[in-house]
Amino acid sequence: MRPLFKFHGGIHPPTHKAESTGSPIAQAALPSKLVISLHQHVGNRAVPVVQVGERVLKGQIIGRPEGRLSSAVHASTSGTVSAIDMQLVAHQSGLPDLCVTLVPDGKEEWIPHSGVDYKQVAHTDLRHMLRQAGVVGLGGAVFPSDMKSYSHKHKIRTLVLNGAECEPYITCDDMLMRERAGDILRGAEVLRELLYAEEVLIGIEDNKPEAIAAMQQAVLGDKHAHMEVIAVPTLYPGGGAKQLIRVLTGIEVAAGVRSTEMGVQCFNVATAYCVWRAITYGEPLLSRIVTVTGNVEHAQNFEVLLGTPVDELVAQAGSKPDTERHIMGGPMMGVDLPSGSVGVTKATNCIIEASSRLFPPPPPALPCIRCTRCADVCPAELQPQDLYWFAKAKDFGKAQEYHLFDCIECGACAYVCPSQIPLVQYYRFAKSEIWQREREAQAAELARERHEFRLTRIEREKQEKAERLAQKEKAALAAKTAAPAPTPEPAAVAKAATDPDDTLQMRIDAAVARAKEQAAVAQPKNTDTLTPEQQAEIAAIEARRANIREMAAHAGADDEPPKSNQG
Amino acid sequence: MWSSPFITQPSSVSQIMLRVLLALIPGIALYVWYFGPAILVSIVLASATALATEAAMLKLRQRPLKPFLTDNSALLTAWLLALSIPPLAPWWLVVVGTAFAIAVSKHLYGGLGNNPFNPAMIGYAVLIISFPAHMTHWLTPHALAGTELTFGEQLDYIFNSVLPKGLSLDAVTMATPLDTLKTQLHLGLSVDNIRDMPIYGRLAGKGSEMVSIGFAIGGIYLLLTRIISWHLPVAFLATLFATAGIFHLLDPAHYVTPLFHWFSGAAMLGAFFILTDPVTSPTTTKGKLYFAFGAGLLTYLIRAFGGFPDGIAFATLLMNICVPLIDAWTQPKVFGKKGGGK
Ligand code: SF4
Ligand code: SF4
Repeated sequence: MRPLFKFHGGIHPPTHKAESTGSPIAQAALPSKLVISLHQHVGNRAVPVVQVGERVLKGQIIGRPEGRLSSAVHASTSGTVSAIDMQLVAHQSGLPDLCVTLVPDGKEEWIPHSGVDYKQVAHTDLRHMLRQAGVVGLGGAVFPSDMKSYSHKHKIRTLVLNGAECEPYITCDDMLMRERAGDILRGAEVLRELLYAEEVLIGIEDNKPEAIAAMQQAVLGDKHAHMEVIAVPTLYPGGGAKQLIRVLTGIEVAAGVRSTEMGVQCFNVATAYCVWRAITYGEPLLSRIVTVTGNVEHAQNFEVLLGTPVDELVAQAGSKPDTERHIMGGPMMGVDLPSGSVGVTKATNCIIEASSRLFPPPPPALPCIRCTRCADVCPAELQPQDLYWFAKAKDFGKAQEYHLFDCIECGACAYVCPSQIPLVQYYRFAKSEIWQREREAQAAELARERHEFRLTRIEREKQEKAERLAQKEKAALAAKTAAPAPTPEPAAVAKAATDPDDTLQMRIDAAVARAKEQAAVAQPKNTDTLTPEQQAEIAAIEARRANIREMAAHAGADDEPPKSNQG
Repeated sequence: MWSSPFITQPSSVSQIMLRVLLALIPGIALYVWYFGPAILVSIVLASATALATEAAMLKLRQRPLKPFLTDNSALLTAWLLALSIPPLAPWWLVVVGTAFAIAVSKHLYGGLGNNPFNPAMIGYAVLIISFPAHMTHWLTPHALAGTELTFGEQLDYIFNSVLPKGLSLDAVTMATPLDTLKTQLHLGLSVDNIRDMPIYGRLAGKGSEMVSIGFAIGGIYLLLTRIISWHLPVAFLATLFATAGIFHLLDPAHYVTPLFHWFSGAAMLGAFFILTDPVTSPTTTKGKLYFAFGAGLLTYLIRAFGGFPDGIAFATLLMNICVPLIDAWTQPKVFGKKGGGK
């Protein structure tokens, strides 16, 4: 037996998994329309490459990846593009994002596609295929897989395949492992090859004996050398990448450190499955397994086309009439969807239909009694009661000092708090406040510099004017007293006219560059390597930040706008 | 809009406090068995005062009454204070002490969770400084009492300060075993001679040692149900034991055995119920150990060399002062930052 390691804390919430594992994965019906977000992954939003009214085929790219950290988005079926506009999306921000709406024609007409033998193809080409196929992490992390399957600097020893699925209610990975273990492992082989990893450790919580058996069977049956299925103790949040890495390898990946630096990389089992489909069949990521559970007649897992409206999906599981909300993800870390009209995305692993009978609202919070039950269960080994105190007192500097950004927002602390304090909300609040201040500080700095340039320029202009005036007077005087003076050398005039502006422009450019540099340096602590959710959040905030900068640039319109304002 | 987590464990402050109250019951039962029911009167008085003061303060501070009145924290303060005051103390002593504990040392500092000092111990300290004489009339255990007051006579004394004709207070009360020890040592007696006095039992004072065992049993229940962690009681008792042991070994004639210290005064009550008040003790594991170590050492020093018979209350309060510092100095390394890693 392989020795397992422990991580600090953890909790045992009721699992509620049996409800949705009674029947096999079902194919969800073709919905009346698909609302496909162009921002399905961490990083840059895909750029739409289709037009309203255009007919598209199943698997056709409708959003092309933009920039390094991005991934393609496809039409999940054949049909007609009916709109490209901002719509509510399945994301915790609750903000609308650009979506392509597709009306299916029911023909399921594919684009031509074919796969390759991964052993015959260069790694860069394989990664390009993954990017073009829109393969991103399906464990809720949604990090583009092509970027994760690459480690140029560090030798990867261990590839961890995450089948832990520790959140209550969610069973999509469990069912996938039970039914498609072979393809998952083949995908893992591709990833192992890309990373040159020595071993693959497949971690599955021991409350999924069927999945463990199926995966073990597949390892032995297909003779996957270097692969090992390991049952890990059921303990939330044991399925967090860092926690699983810790349990399987003993390595602790600190916040701000990439796991690859420590020789480990972690992929979700469903991602490995999609990697295999994308490479061997050339199939883009068009659907995923979604658990529909909670307040429904028959909880079940469905294979769902991306973009399927949540309303239409839950109807197939018999959502009960007293359902009040849809939670995407698990009850511990999931998000309350802004509407039932949002489309399923690559990050949608589970929809929990929620009623107040099933999830009664917590009683009003009492003051913290410093009982440290929260600290006892915190997997990041933080002092949640202190973070709460600082967040509440708006002492954000202190909160950062006490490692606020190491918090993975797992909710274990809030789960056990006898005072029923919504601790995680306070942490989210503190984090967003810190980002907000960061933004404002940068905007203010930029504005200050602008203002200073403006003053310099006005001063300079005044001087020039005075000089010109003096010169004119002098010239007039000279003209009066003597023969007409020779006209000034044209070159000199030109020089006088352009020189100050030139230096001014140069100084502005230099200042802008400086501001940019400062902006790049002045990042909040501990934000280098964050959970993908956090990265998504940061990305959203970054976008807003860019917006503000642009606004700031236009606000100073009486000033010369610098040549480039996209910081 | 809600945000995650959407589920929580059904645990509550009032449940925790209730368990702690329950855990006090074996000790209280033994108290009644060995010293008579007067202590129950103090407990009832203190509880009523605590709830009334809590309600009044909440009203004044415009806080909702219900969640706070039912959180059982005021009751716990009341019980702990009642157990620290001589049961025959006049009724107003209990009332003043409890009201002060709740109104000043809890609510004026911001109420539940915000008080830096253990309220019960503040109440005790105020009383022993303000009314030292009243705080020394402890009941004599049944086994030693020549004359005993009936429950009615006890009530009469508590509420009207009237004793039956021909009885003096000295006939029914005595100094605590710790106090007696101190005075007798001053008079030049050796520990062995003193321990031969009838008020001492096997481990410490007759009766009071059994009450201590009762509190220890309750404490073990709290440990087993994980209401409290082992760090505070174990570190405290170990320190007290070790310090007392060293002195005892050096000079057995002048310093009693460590077991005597464990089972007299409020050592057990302090170890399991007073130091473990979460609000006023450190939150870090290491901090808890330091805190309990300091409290154990101070308790011994006050008992052996200080001016008060028992050191628990002052040791607790002194260590309460240090809590913010201890917490700041003992911040543990977070996940992934151990072993000199980045
Ligand atoms: S669990 Fe709740 S009451 Fe206890 S210390 Fe943490 S925040 Fe405070
Ligand atoms: S939410 Fe943050 S502070 Fe709370 S237990 Fe999880 S990691 Fe720790």
